[in-house]
Amino acid sequence: MVELSEKMATNVQPERTASMIQVGLLVVAVGCLAAAPLFLYPIFLMKLLCFALFACAFNLLLGYTGLLSFGHATFFGGAAYFTAHAVKEWGVTPEIGILIGVAGAALLGLVVGFFAIRRQGIYFAMITLALGQMFYFFCLQAAFTHGEDGIQSVPRGHLFGLIDLNRPTSMYYFVLVAFLIGMAIIWRFINSPFGMILKSIRENEQRAISLGYSVRNYKLGAFVMSAALTGLAGGLKALVFQFATLTDVGWQMSGEVILMTLLGGIGTMIGPIVGAGLVVTLQNYLATSDFPVTIVTGIVFMACVLLFRRGIVGEFYTSRLGKKLGF
Amino acid sequence: MIFGIPVQAFLGQLLIGLINGSFYALLSLGLAVIFGLLRVINFAHGAQYMLGAFVAFLLLQYFAIGYWAALILAPLIVGLLGAVIERTMLSRLYNLDPLYGLLFTFGLALTIEGTFRYLYGASGQPYAAPSWLAGGTNLGFMFLPNYRGWVVVVSLLACLGTWLLIEKTKLGSYLRAATENPVLVQAFGVNVPLLLTFTYALGAGLAAFAGVLAAPVYQVSPLMGTNLIIVVFAVVVVGGMGSIMGAIVTGYMLGIAEGLTKVFYPEASNIVIFVIMAIVLLLRPAGLFGRDA
Amino acid sequence: MKPLLEVKGLNSWYGESHVLHGVDMTVREGEMITILGRNGVGKSTTLRTIVGILRERKGQILFDGKDMMTVPLHRTAHAGIGFVPEERGIFATLTVEENLMLPPVVAKGGLSLEEIYGLFPNLAERRTSPGTKLSGGEQQMLAMARILRTGVKMLLLDEPTEGLAPVIVQRIGEVLKKLKERGMTVLLVEQNFRFASKIADRFYLMDHGQMVADFPVSELPDQMPMLHKVLGV
Repeated sequence: MVELSEKMATNVQPERTASMIQVGLLVVAVGCLAAAPLFLYPIFLMKLLCFALFACAFNLLLGYTGLLSFGHATFFGGAAYFTAHAVKEWGVTPEIGILIGVAGAALLGLVVGFFAIRRQGIYFAMITLALGQMFYFFCLQAAFTHGEDGIQSVPRGHLFGLIDLNRPTSMYYFVLVAFLIGMAIIWRFINSPFGMILKSIRENEQRAISLGYSVRNYKLGAFVMSAALTGLAGGLKALVFQFATLTDVGWQMSGEVILMTLLGGIGTMIGPIVGAGLVVTLQNYLATSDFPVTIVTGIVFMACVLLFRRGIVGEFYTSRLGKKLGF
Repeated sequence: MIFGIPVQAFLGQLLIGLINGSFYALLSLGLAVIFGLLRVINFAHGAQYMLGAFVAFLLLQYFAIGYWAALILAPLIVGLLGAVIERTMLSRLYNLDPLYGLLFTFGLALTIEGTFRYLYGASGQPYAAPSWLAGGTNLGFMFLPNYRGWVVVVSLLACLGTWLLIEKTKLGSYLRAATENPVLVQAFGVNVPLLLTFTYALGAGLAAFAGVLAAPVYQVSPLMGTNLIIVVFAVVVVGGMGSIMGAIVTGYMLGIAEGLTKVFYPEASNIVIFVIMAIVLLLRPAGLFGRDA
Repeated sequence: MKPLLEVKGLNSWYGESHVLHGVDMTVREGEMITILGRNGVGKSTTLRTIVGILRERKGQILFDGKDMMTVPLHRTAHAGIGFVPEERGIFATLTVEENLMLPPVVAKGGLSLEEIYGLFPNLAERRTSPGTKLSGGEQQMLAMARILRTGVKMLLLDEPTEGLAPVIVQRIGEVLKKLKERGMTVLLVEQNFRFASKIADRFYLMDHGQMVADFPVSELPDQMPMLHKVLGV
């Protein structure tokens, strides 16, 4: 699925100027994010960051391992429930609540991954979708999720018991730092030996097996990693919006993250961020009209698959300007 | 009493299971037929099922065309729509990773369902069963609503008919051969691109047929296919898509398993098929009738 | 005899790799031609390009006076070209008889089912078994027989004797001779030189994606030194 995008991911030219430009762009981007609350609603920005992280974590699996999960809402929504429950019912501090969400998502990832990696390709997608739906029904009936109501009025609390996260700016910078940490982990992971082996599995699974790699363990490792980072995004979202509901575990959410990644560019580092930004903005815009989001989502999906499978960032990388900048 | 459950309740749930199983069988059969030749998992299958029910509903509403004609017309209309979609869009994706087909049809499903939800709202519309199938029959040991008996019989016939078409006819031999080696079949002079279009239309038509059958049982609603298709995916994982008969048998089996779970442990009835899927994945990853792992 | 197949400057590609580099050849009606050449010089590719399975191609292919370059794959058989691939292409999910009946009849003059069963009694006996349950030799017979039903004018055969026992090779030779008597034109790719030398009217020698020589069977003795050099036999 991602031969093309793979080329883009590895086609980093060693030219000094080009990489200087890239570092420059990175600094500017972080600077923009740091200054953003001056211009835009913090809640919108935080939503954007949560979904961007979610999409990047998802892309870790699809773009760098070649596995299409159709059930990532399980880890996103699951972590949201865990974090929400922990801070509301157990009264833990937000950072502990987030860590509980991450751990819970990783555990769910271990279970789902254990079953799903037994099949490949299309079947993998269908299995993750089915298990995701199973988790949805579980959440619908379990006591701690409060069914249709969800967990409401989740307190944001004090970070490390000190910083009051009810102040929007504090909350925003907390989310931003968490987002940057998540991105750094993803970047490190992709460029680690583990990440290289994942790439070789994606390109030629048989060859990786014959080289003696335990392909299953690597896939499972990637799956758990992706689930854990998704959990980070989900936990953050629960604190930002102060609730956790069934919406976050539904298959629509799994579809949404696929769309973000596809639209931005599968297998690129910043594609999912761009995709998430566009989808979230679009949803905000459509929320004020009565035109249903699903139709637009569906059409964008079809257009992406038919017309630009590399996604926006992927197309940019292969364009002339992108090549000049050394992508 | 059976295992401490009144016979009436037991048989009632068994019948509901059989009805659900009929729909699982019809839908997973269509998925398997499409996947066999096109290598595309048709995510829009649930939407096409819903379209079938809606076409029946609209035919009645605007043209006073009743159930029996709808049972023929709706599959034709939806099949034709499927043919257009295959020709204009889906056929561009055959040389790519099959995941793109899944993503495309997912987008298609969202678009179709979103449109109907926009036009008709999320709530269901009633659709009456034909008058001579109204009421029920007392079988002595249980009361059988006539329409439900009809659904079981007709879907079984439709499944067998499709099986015969594929296994015993000339057209079926083209389909089977093209599943194995489409290029050679085309070199023999068979118009394989047309065959692909026909196959997608056939699958979509089968889904629509199931939709018309379902209209009087459930209500006609834009979302009726969405959750169903996910369950059918699980059915397909359990059965494996290598065999047409496998898809049919697994559909009925899982429907019945679900019905029985409702009797003994109702809380788990929503998820029992997923649980069975997980167990099958542990014991026999290729699926019960699967040929490839 | 007038030419049935004329190929001029035919080039073709598998993705990036350029396989045929300007193939020129002419096959006259009723001829039996064998393409000789070492492994990997493009013999099978020549057949696959003429049939149109390989569509990244340039040059000219005239069949019976008709330009075949723009004809879609599913119309080549209707123009009169039948193809038996190297891997034989017997379908496992079809019975022997279904395999036999699979290719549509494109013109009159093909064998009837009875004639085929007369020619290949083994196939008649096993008509209801799955196609791939036959032995290798029977599968090759089936692969040829099903094309004979269709009434094509010309048969492209890719290595029909590969991996088969001598007695079966002999049988295939007999079938080909019978076809020739019926006026069928045959283009054969063959590694088995002894087999080819007994049935062919004319030879093309292929190297590096081009035809480097052609000569009738009568000149075979004179050409042997050159063949030894090119084929390494």
